[in-house]
Amino acid sequence: MSDGLVLPLYGRPDGVHPPLNSPEYRSSQLRAPLRPLVPMPQGLTEVTGPLLGAERVTAADADLTTRHAGEPIGERIVLTGRVLDSDGRPVSGTLIEIWQANAAGRYNHPVDDHPAPIDPNFDGGGRCMTDSEGRYKFVTIKPGPYPWKNHPNAWRPAHIHFSLFGRAFTQRLVTQMYFPGDPLFAQDPIFNSVPDPKARERMIASFSLHLTVPDWALGFEWDIVLRGRDATVFETRADA
Amino acid sequence: MGDLTPSQTVGPFLALGLPWADGPFVVPEGTPGAITISGRVCDVAGDPVPDALVETWQADEHSRFDHPDDPRGAASSAVPGFRGFARCPTDAAGEYRIVTIRPGPLPSPGGATEAPHLDVSVFARGLLDRLVTRIYFPDETEANGADPVLAAIAEPARRETLIATEAQDGGPGEFRFDIRLRGEGETVFFDV
Repeated sequence: MSDGLVLPLYGRPDGVHPPLNSPEYRSSQLRAPLRPLVPMPQGLTEVTGPLLGAERVTAADADLTTRHAGEPIGERIVLTGRVLDSDGRPVSGTLIEIWQANAAGRYNHPVDDHPAPIDPNFDGGGRCMTDSEGRYKFVTIKPGPYPWKNHPNAWRPAHIHFSLFGRAFTQRLVTQMYFPGDPLFAQDPIFNSVPDPKARERMIASFSLHLTVPDWALGFEWDIVLRGRDATVFETRADA
Repeated sequence: MGDLTPSQTVGPFLALGLPWADGPFVVPEGTPGAITISGRVCDVAGDPVPDALVETWQADEHSRFDHPDDPRGAASSAVPGFRGFARCPTDAAGEYRIVTIRPGPLPSPGGATEAPHLDVSVFARGLLDRLVTRIYFPDETEANGADPVLAAIAEPARRETLIATEAQDGGPGEFRFDIRLRGEGETVFFDV
């Protein structure tokens, strides 16, 4: 087959993501691999990826408050931001999927046994495509914190789950967005699994008075940064 | 890479946001030449993981991707409905199943040829980042032997964890690929 195949190279996220073995997060000790990850050279399968989603998203999917006969209970919020790569380029036309607990901290899922009420007007899932500037926008309610069984008196800080594809297999990211000033951060082993405190802060949205809709909804802003193509490789290619 | 957003676990409630009704179908069921790949995800004790999500990404039958970053040019498959991607949550028995076609081999930047394969992401509660692995085919012995990614695995015995098997009692084109997250027989996972 052909020689001289020149591919974009995605920089490695050294030191950003949590170690898979994080003993304070107990279930990692049942499921995270013991053996070191094997470094994989990036080939065609890794620098390409599914460019899907537009065909399965309607405008209504980005508003989690208008799916039912009544409105969900809770603090209505507008949540917006941009998806960028680490070179600062917007990631346009990419699918974002979110899911979350309701305002009482209960997921509408059979496995959730937290004795807080299900909200019949809230199912907790949403999706949208980023626009040409990489921007997304959801309307939802602020999720509540909830207890879990990781350690005695363990509580998850309020969070919204985010899933992103980017444009390449290397850019795939599933993460959680948190809210500013949450008093539960210090005791949460999932939030604190990210070793660098500055990186942890990048999972926290900002309150925005500017985005707040008067008499209707509080505004929050959160940008998401995916792996970019390695700058060194770009310079090399430009020189070539 | 200092400003990246960190990964967090998908958690136990991914079913609220991620499954698609057509998720498991890289090609529609009943497509001529379609194959199935199914398997069980299990933990350190060998117990099934009933709340995982398995995703796959692959080239088409002619080794092409419908993607602008493929320097050979974006090309769509001749197989109607092919989209390269599948997503399947595991069931109570830890089982997933996808329907696809066999991908072609791929040129690689180093000049070697990659054997036909699917890239796999595994997400689950307990995994703070996705796990990346690959599925290769059992009847591609020669191509697998020349594959640069398999060759990068230092212990030859561990390469076997990436080779699918022909399903027992299955028809032609039915493959099994179990994923052992941790412990004895642990699947090889990659840092990509």
